[in-house]
Amino acid sequence: MSEARPLMAGRRGLIMGVANDRSLAWGIAKTVAAHGAELAFTFQGEALARRVTPLAASVGSQFVLPADVTDTASLDAVFAAIKEKWGRLDFLVHAIAYSDKEALKGRYLETTEENFTNSLRISCFSFTDLCRRAEPLMTEGGSLLTLTYYGAEKVVPHYNVMGVAKAALEASVRYLAHDLGPHGIRVNAISAGPIKTLAAAGGIGDFRYILKWNELNSPLKRNVTIEEVGGAGLYLLSELGRGVTGEVHHVDCGYHTVGMKRVDAPDISTVL
Amino acid sequence: MSDIADRVKKIVVEHLGAEADKVTENASFIDDLGADSLDQVELVMAFEEEFGCEIPDDAAEKIQTVKDAIDFITQHQTK
Repeated sequence: MSEARPLMAGRRGLIMGVANDRSLAWGIAKTVAAHGAELAFTFQGEALARRVTPLAASVGSQFVLPADVTDTASLDAVFAAIKEKWGRLDFLVHAIAYSDKEALKGRYLETTEENFTNSLRISCFSFTDLCRRAEPLMTEGGSLLTLTYYGAEKVVPHYNVMGVAKAALEASVRYLAHDLGPHGIRVNAISAGPIKTLAAAGGIGDFRYILKWNELNSPLKRNVTIEEVGGAGLYLLSELGRGVTGEVHHVDCGYHTVGMKRVDAPDISTVL
Repeated sequence: MSDIADRVKKIVVEHLGAEADKVTENASFIDDLGADSLDQVELVMAFEEEFGCEIPDDAAEKIQTVKDAIDFITQHQTK
């Protein structure tokens, strides 16, 4: 019997938003690379270049480019480089979000106009912008994937303006799926359970409370891993997910189905 | 105590690529060892894993030097 062709063989994708080896985007990147995908990566600023470049090399990619989603010229350069080197693009992963750290604790009510606008610009509009730029390169169809979180659907303490931005992002996924569907381009989001990434640990107020709560109360009674997010990413980015678009797919050990605390979960104040 | 200090220094050397003799107890991660703000978050996460302790945000912000880390971990470690 002949070997099956790797799922992502011949597929070329752009991964935006790896910070280090704990990043959700890295979980997806290493999974699709293991299944044969060829990858390009972007980074924002030198501090992240140092981190992304060796990770890219570890999956055989030297195609690493600077990109700031608020800088039109940098995005022009990224897509021009992809067009020149590859001529087309098969998939894109968007794992980019930002809010002023001060707004990710306390009351959502206190969010300033400036931070609201900036957070929505970077965390939501950037995906729409990237989809528009990717469309002409996706000549053989494609798959666009972003990352969201349950704080878009329900109130999660401290998530605040990021929850509002993710809600807008999830709505964007549906409209983008509608716009791009006729061209065979799919648009989906993974709503990952909390994972202690660099961004979460460094940015979200009292993140360990969110982690512990999910660990105690999710149906699987644990938190998810970036490898599990990677598995779902492989499904949505590959032919396995070819009938799926406009979807927000929860990879959260089932937490989004839960209505209240498990009877056997301890009082969280006793375990933190 | 010296065991914790050695393990903390080893993590700092490995993570920051700093020369071992520069990683003294009074060395500041940012000012003396070339760390950036992301390194600082990553170091705290590495300490949490190595020592099985949780370092809350307000405590993490105060861990600026090798000694700050050793002192916090000495008081809170579980392994």
